[in-house]
Amino acid sequence: VLTPRGMSSAGSLSSMQRLVEQLKLEAAVERIKVSRAAAELQQYCMQNACKDALLVGVPAGSNPFREPRSCALL
Amino acid sequence: MCDQTFLAVVFGPCDKCSKEKPLRAVYIKSEQLSYCSLCVEMMATEGLHENETLASLKTEAESLKGKLEEERAKLHDVELHQVAERVEALGQFVMKTRRTLKGHGNKVLCMDWCKDKRRIVSSSQDGKVIVWDSFTTNKEHAVTMPCTWVMACAYAPSGCAIACGGLDNKCSVYPLTFDKNENMAAKKKSVAMHTNYLSACSFTNSDMQILTASGDGTCALWDVESGQLLQSFHGHGADVLCLDLAPSETGNTFVSGGCDKKAMVWDMRSGQCIQSFETHDSDINSVRYYPSGDAFASGSDDATCRLYDLRADREVAIYSKESIIFGASSVDFSLSGRLLFAGYNDYTINVWDVLKGSRVSILFGHENRVSTLRVSPDGTAFCSGSWDHTLRIWA
Repeated sequence: VLTPRGMSSAGSLSSMQRLVEQLKLEAAVERIKVSRAAAELQQYCMQNACKDALLVGVPAGSNPFREPRSCALL
Repeated sequence: MCDQTFLAVVFGPCDKCSKEKPLRAVYIKSEQLSYCSLCVEMMATEGLHENETLASLKTEAESLKGKLEEERAKLHDVELHQVAERVEALGQFVMKTRRTLKGHGNKVLCMDWCKDKRRIVSSSQDGKVIVWDSFTTNKEHAVTMPCTWVMACAYAPSGCAIACGGLDNKCSVYPLTFDKNENMAAKKKSVAMHTNYLSACSFTNSDMQILTASGDGTCALWDVESGQLLQSFHGHGADVLCLDLAPSETGNTFVSGGCDKKAMVWDMRSGQCIQSFETHDSDINSVRYYPSGDAFASGSDDATCRLYDLRADREVAIYSKESIIFGASSVDFSLSGRLLFAGYNDYTINVWDVLKGSRVSILFGHENRVSTLRVSPDGTAFCSGSWDHTLRIWA
């Protein structure tokens, strides 16, 4: 069976062409400043913190994993 | 990850010139053809302008890479942890093993939660795939695969089926039935066919499509019913080890990570790579989207986890410590994205404050490498699987 190992199998010229096209595409991506991106990541955390059980915990009894398992006596 | 992969040389008639020669795979409009090396080179030169040669293309590639770094650096005005300085620090965490799932006969390689926040599917080197009720620790279903090293498994969104695969190079779907008389293996459907091991799989937002990642360097999107290949994703220079789908609100993209140290973000419809990131020093074992879809985290054999913001188009945080020298195999976020849970090859799980970049907790319990880790759909717990044959639920 043919097992291509990565991109080197298709010939160096064509793969170089593809790489150049890909890099042109990536260079043209629209970017925002890290300060703004970071602020928005932080804002998302803050807005959703109260719902995050692993972060803030939940009222006793409402986390099914924390309460003791019930035993069924047959 | 796997011990060996073999490059098999095929000798046969070239799809273009029909001569009997050693063949290579080429992809034209997502179709795989077999060309001899002469036809491959000729096809490549057909699209060239007069002065383009390999050397000039290489120079152009280098200058584009430089320009990309420059553009990214211009917007790097601050670090994430600096922005987060005024955020309240997190307190002490009490997270313990609440359940231990025992039953696999060998290393646990992968697990996934059902949307019901209760059931779990796990797969192992022993060839078995087990569905558990994590509340009671009962095993609800078990199937034995025809191969060992079942490296990938996933639960269907409906909860009515599971997908799995590994060294068989395939991804198969098994409908889950509660009929005791029915043999699960009898209803197996082979969906994906790769030319090397299956490393990861995930249903999209329906039971109808599956996304796969493979040691053959590609990812692929498949129609479950017909087994048809809908789209393939080429760009990784080596085995692809992991993938994660963007949260449904953010559209049709997914991220993949591989042995080429790259994390790549793809457009599912066009097959195009939209963004790529190459800052890790070794294989990327795990990628996971931040809950808002604007960023993703990665875990690598270089012993670090990193956060990449998609809108800033760069790495914005590194989670590492000098004392952590073993690779991170699996990462996932808590519901709000504030915590990053990472399983390591030194048997521990580290819990990181995503914003501040510091470690908030270290969890011991597993007796061998942690190989897989996922937070439950409602964020009340997370599950880890290990080479110690067990899975643990932590809360």
